[in-house]
Amino acid sequence: MTPTAERLKSDIRAADDPRLRDNSTRNAFVVLGALAVVLAVLPLVANDRFETIAVQTLIFAIIAVGWNLMSGYGGLFSFGHAAFFGIGAYTDAYLVVEHGISPWIAMVVGAAIAALAGVGIASLCLRYELAGPYFALATFAFAQLFLLLVQNLDFLRRTEGFNLPILPEESFWMLQFERGSDIYVWIPAGLLLVGLAITILYVRSRAGQFVQAARDDEVAAASLGINVMRVRLGAVALSCGITSVAGTFYTQYHFFVGPHQAFGAAVSIEAIIPAVIGGIGTIWGPLVGALIVGPLAELIESVLRDPPGSLSFLQGVAGLDVAVYAALLIVIVLFMRKGIYGTLKDRWRK
Amino acid sequence: MSLLQAEGLTKKFSGLTAVDDVSLTVADKEFFGVVGPNGAGKTTLFSLIAGEVTPTHGRIIFDGTDITGWSADKVASVGLVRTFQLMRPFESMTVLDNVAIASHQRFRSRSEARRHALAVIERVQLERYVNAPSASLPTAGLKRLELARALALEPKLLLLDEVLAGLVPTERAPMIELLRELHADGLTVMFIEHIMAAVLALSERLLVMHEGVELALGDPHKVTQDRAVVEAYLGEDYA
Repeated sequence: MTPTAERLKSDIRAADDPRLRDNSTRNAFVVLGALAVVLAVLPLVANDRFETIAVQTLIFAIIAVGWNLMSGYGGLFSFGHAAFFGIGAYTDAYLVVEHGISPWIAMVVGAAIAALAGVGIASLCLRYELAGPYFALATFAFAQLFLLLVQNLDFLRRTEGFNLPILPEESFWMLQFERGSDIYVWIPAGLLLVGLAITILYVRSRAGQFVQAARDDEVAAASLGINVMRVRLGAVALSCGITSVAGTFYTQYHFFVGPHQAFGAAVSIEAIIPAVIGGIGTIWGPLVGALIVGPLAELIESVLRDPPGSLSFLQGVAGLDVAVYAALLIVIVLFMRKGIYGTLKDRWRK
Repeated sequence: MSLLQAEGLTKKFSGLTAVDDVSLTVADKEFFGVVGPNGAGKTTLFSLIAGEVTPTHGRIIFDGTDITGWSADKVASVGLVRTFQLMRPFESMTVLDNVAIASHQRFRSRSEARRHALAVIERVQLERYVNAPSASLPTAGLKRLELARALALEPKLLLLDEVLAGLVPTERAPMIELLRELHADGLTVMFIEHIMAAVLALSERLLVMHEGVELALGDPHKVTQDRAVVEAYLGEDYA
């Protein structure tokens, strides 16, 4: 072995060198703490209708936080995150209904299966060098494949879906509470906080830095000794696992899940929209986007259900939500390429 | 003992032989130059050695290990590191974090990797830009960033692809001086360069390539007077 020349083994600089200061992780956790306080207090002061919107928003946010790890930081644009949301939702339904297993265990099992499925799909796509739109289309195809599969499997009850059994009394272990219980807000809030904490730690970790380097320039990353495939699959596993957890909670909250609620293309869109509107590849972007999209989705739904006089022609019109998302997306893409949070962050820096 | 040994390296791209039966050795602590007109196969030779392209024929032995067919990341991890002629910074990151990506190969913790990266940045005199976004660097800065990232891996052999290209003459002299210092510190370098003054100032041995084949190999001053080399590459000014 030829030793590296001694004088080239650069010493390392003192840890307290001011040029090395990076408070971003600490600051992010301060914000996360403040967010935790707000989310803890919110259900105590809000009414039932507000709580419905809050839960919807929190589910959007968890899906988008998951999507953002793989597609925002990892640069692998998934158009098929319904696959992983659906795995979480169906693993829960199947284990709870057929085996009486706790949803908390189903949540962990679902996340593991989703992570494995994601790694399988992504490694196939990357193995055959699908990139950009081709990668996105391949993930979309896999999500559709899962949808068809579920609709044709007897043990997953084909198109019928699963209804959860209603227990005689509340149970934290079985994740079931009275309608309108504050706990139904606190649980997804807690899951979101965990997802955000994982994001904050991951993006400044060695693996997270490597995956961002590979996103910026794959060839340069490999030339610096990074196993690009491995770091990307790590991001995919985290991403799919987090998104699957939102699916598990969805089933528990609605007491029902069917193929389209779980694996429908709309879910894949719902994973992308909040992240793109808020700012992909940023910690807070998906949450900011969900805070806009969540209430908006609820508003659209209520307008359609019971339109005010002037809008009565909208009664029963399907697909209005998608039209509004599309309009929002166009505005964002035209005026705020990096999303609302991403653009503001850049301006504030300058 | 030779650090790098290439035997009969050949690369064919559908009909075109970009590198044709090139053999060479680079000794430990040597400064080895590669010159040749555009299209001579110099950069392909680097890509073959660095594992980005798999040779059609031939073997590459580095530090006693046969690394033929290894992937680029694996080659880099054993200390054979290249830079790119067209700079490839990680544009979403600061200069410090760009270099820390390389330092992370030795240091798991982020703070240690950044402390190491800062030392390397000072070594290549880029400290003015430590926390600047890498996308904002001028060409000379980007060239130094390429160099810094490669050095942060503490390579046994550094492959430099036209590290002086695109620099104005006043920027070249300090870069040449830096390369000379690094070499004096014991770094083994193989470099592709078009600027003959730099080639002659730095190289201890020189390979001249032309249309994929070795035209001449040896002492730079002798090689550059070789009749065939003068005709093929250096042109009338040198004839």
